[in-house]
Amino acid sequence: MNVFEIENLNLWYDSHHALHDVCINIPANQVTALIGPSGCGKSTFLKTLNRMQDLVEGVRIEGRVLFDGADIYAPKVDVTQLRKNVGMVFQKANPFPMSIYDNVAYGPRVHGMCGKAELDALVEESLRGAALWDEVKDRLKKSALGLSGGQQQRLCIARALAVKPQVLLLDESTSALDPISTGQIEELVGQLKQDYTVIMVTHNMQQAVRVSDYAAFFLLGDLVEFAPTQQLFNGPTDQRTADYVSGRFG
Amino acid sequence: MNNKKSFVEAIFHGTFFACGILSIGFVVGITVYLIISGIPAIAEIGPVEFLLGQVWNPGKGQFGVLPFILTSVYGTLGALVVGLPLGLFTAMFLSKYAGKKSGRIIRSAVELLAGIPSVVYGLVGMIVLVPAVQGAFNLSSGATLLAAIVVLTIMILPYIVNVSSTALDAVPKEYEEGSLALGATNTETYFKVSLHAARSGVATAIIQGVGRALGEAMAIIMVAGNVANMPALFESVRFLTTAIVSEMSYASYGSLHREALFSVGLVLFVFIVLVNVVLNIIARRKEQ
Repeated sequence: MNVFEIENLNLWYDSHHALHDVCINIPANQVTALIGPSGCGKSTFLKTLNRMQDLVEGVRIEGRVLFDGADIYAPKVDVTQLRKNVGMVFQKANPFPMSIYDNVAYGPRVHGMCGKAELDALVEESLRGAALWDEVKDRLKKSALGLSGGQQQRLCIARALAVKPQVLLLDESTSALDPISTGQIEELVGQLKQDYTVIMVTHNMQQAVRVSDYAAFFLLGDLVEFAPTQQLFNGPTDQRTADYVSGRFG
Repeated sequence: MNNKKSFVEAIFHGTFFACGILSIGFVVGITVYLIISGIPAIAEIGPVEFLLGQVWNPGKGQFGVLPFILTSVYGTLGALVVGLPLGLFTAMFLSKYAGKKSGRIIRSAVELLAGIPSVVYGLVGMIVLVPAVQGAFNLSSGATLLAAIVVLTIMILPYIVNVSSTALDAVPKEYEEGSLALGATNTETYFKVSLHAARSGVATAIIQGVGRALGEAMAIIMVAGNVANMPALFESVRFLTTAIVSEMSYASYGSLHREALFSVGLVLFVFIVLVNVVLNIIARRKEQ
């Protein structure tokens, strides 16, 4: 069962051709890692999946991106609904300058939930889902900006979970964190795949090996190889993949 | 050598310190002078009679400033009620929606609006606004509180637009992306996240607007009719500021009338200080 089916995806920033004919099917309820050197297009690709690319001026996209069988770039697609279903956690933790509670409740409130009991339950569930509840349950009304970097990033995961997405996109979400916080988030990702599809961009190849089930290797805007993670790292079919995962460049 | 350096350092330090002290000195000086010159009349008239008296008729020895106080409060509130949403929406448009060209045009218009001397606002108000109000509401005179509120609204608009659009511009893009990625619309994002993040700037905008509206005299003296009535939208009214300006020239030196005008100045000063303190406290509390 594939959650995303992408056919001949091309993307240009003005005249710069950043993604070339990418074709990939991303399986549901698995962790897929996107790897490759800086500037290879992996983050660019990730941001096409929830149409955050729309915010970039001068971007042009061709090809088909099917989410649950429907083209998300078709006219009349409700982008807000898409982004509700395809949540995103950014490289730098970006909690809103509000209380911890209001951060998590923000998404559900935007989508129309207003009952206090309902919200309370959902906030707790989401914070538990992001393995943060025990650390913050006594200070839900305190500002989210008082949390540590790792806690802020897990709060952003909780905030994304609160709108009940099907897919969670992680854009190098541990790159700014210390090893302990990174470990906590990796462990969390492992648990999340029971309920969600996780697609993560990472610079860290060990992380990809530790966490992901599938891995896609991007190079200079091309998707070079996509395979189960063990296979991609242990027996890549493409020489460029072999060179990269063995550390010969990147 | 070292001694010489530290001597020069000390001189600079002293100079900067003196400059800093100077502005405190001005504030203290003005405060002390206003209190000293404002208290005697209040004491002679009686604070209750002075502050709550509804009739101002110096010829008959009646010095009630309640009409001025209420006029200033209503005028300022009126300008704020209209000007704040108008200014905020303009700032929101400039900061988040406007294209480069339309943004530049509106921005320079707003800057120009801030630079127009208040007497010009008064002139245009007198020639255009007052007859328009008179005609629209079928009044004997259009020089009313309403006309003054309209002029004040336009005058505080550039302050509110400038300060709040600067604050909105400074909201980190990451906040907005975070909100959009959760499936919020642009408008939801701007009003629930950006505005929230810019709230201390908006509070500053309100302080500036209120300060400007409370303190304005020249423009409104020309459109408000300058009669010491209790305020109503279609009455000619006199503000705290315009009372001082219009009467000082004929209040004879050393008279109670003249001293009472100093007391009006003291009341105005207290108002400005109160507004600043209260709004600052609110802004700071929300910040935490």
